[in-house]
Amino acid sequence: MTSNAHAAVLVAVMAAVTMLLRFLPFLIFRKGRPVPAYISYLGDVLPQAIIGMLVIYCLKDTVLTAAPYGAPELLAAAAVVALQVWRKNSLVSILSGTAIYMALIRLL
Amino acid sequence: MDTKKNTNSVVRQAFVKSLPVMAGYVVLGIGFGILLHDAGYGVLWSFAMGLLIYAGSMQYVGVGLLAGGASVVTAILTTFMVNARHLFYSISMIGRYRDAGRYKPYMIFALTDETYSLLCDGAAPAGADPNLYRFLVSAFDQCYWVIGCVLGSILGAALPFSTAGVEFSMTALFVASFTQQWLDTKDHIPALAGLFGTLVCLLIFGPDRFLIPAMLVITAALTALRPRLDRAGKGAAEQ
Repeated sequence: MTSNAHAAVLVAVMAAVTMLLRFLPFLIFRKGRPVPAYISYLGDVLPQAIIGMLVIYCLKDTVLTAAPYGAPELLAAAAVVALQVWRKNSLVSILSGTAIYMALIRLL
Repeated sequence: MDTKKNTNSVVRQAFVKSLPVMAGYVVLGIGFGILLHDAGYGVLWSFAMGLLIYAGSMQYVGVGLLAGGASVVTAILTTFMVNARHLFYSISMIGRYRDAGRYKPYMIFALTDETYSLLCDGAAPAGADPNLYRFLVSAFDQCYWVIGCVLGSILGAALPFSTAGVEFSMTALFVASFTQQWLDTKDHIPALAGLFGTLVCLLIFGPDRFLIPAMLVITAALTALRPRLDRAGKGAAEQ
């Protein structure tokens, strides 16, 4: 728990940096200035790669070397993949995966 | 497009377009609100973060920053790393948002993963003002998110059972969108570069400092693969 003033500063910083990231490309590539082909290429392929990065980021603190050896994370993630392939409904996959995880960490 | 009838139909079309995001944002917002409540921050904090930051994964990460009393520098760097992908969402929307006029600042502010995924794939409905339409889709999405965040705070205070494990909803969110992108694309090299580039960096640099190296490795790998991927991607590229 942090002091409210410091917490407010942290929230303001998170908001400001997020806004900066969203606005920066629009400020750099103003009206009429063409977006370089390399940049639009990155815009096409990078989101997919970054989602992959965030999957690993979410699982970074999973402990594989001690019981239950990351089983709740890996089983629940596998369930999300299977459900997404089967139903193609992200919300169903997310809710079921989270429920499975919450059950597994209590059982294993 | 200035008649009331047309405006009503744009509102309806935007609402329908935003529906797939509604349940997801409300539920994930609730998850966030519960986590934030458990970290000791009440409904006003949840409302303010949903309104001002409006970035789902960053807000989840932000709970940890608030709870741990992170420094301002850590908050800046973490936000930059977690949200850097927004640079690329914005880049790919430059053309489409170019003439959005007075709607543009909010549309840029509100360009989240989900709003991007709704708006990146095509044109506005025939007859609708495309800028008003995209503005409204963005605004509907943020309403769902803020409602979810606030509901979660209230629920967090009221739920009689332990909510341990709710944080997996963030992992599930990214695993689901990774899977869906995999199904939607022919060339899986960018996705694999992201996954394995990051994994290698995690193993080398450890869980506290792998994100920046991972971003560099991914960008370098995709740059090196450009001659191959740029050609392959042309068929699917819009605009």
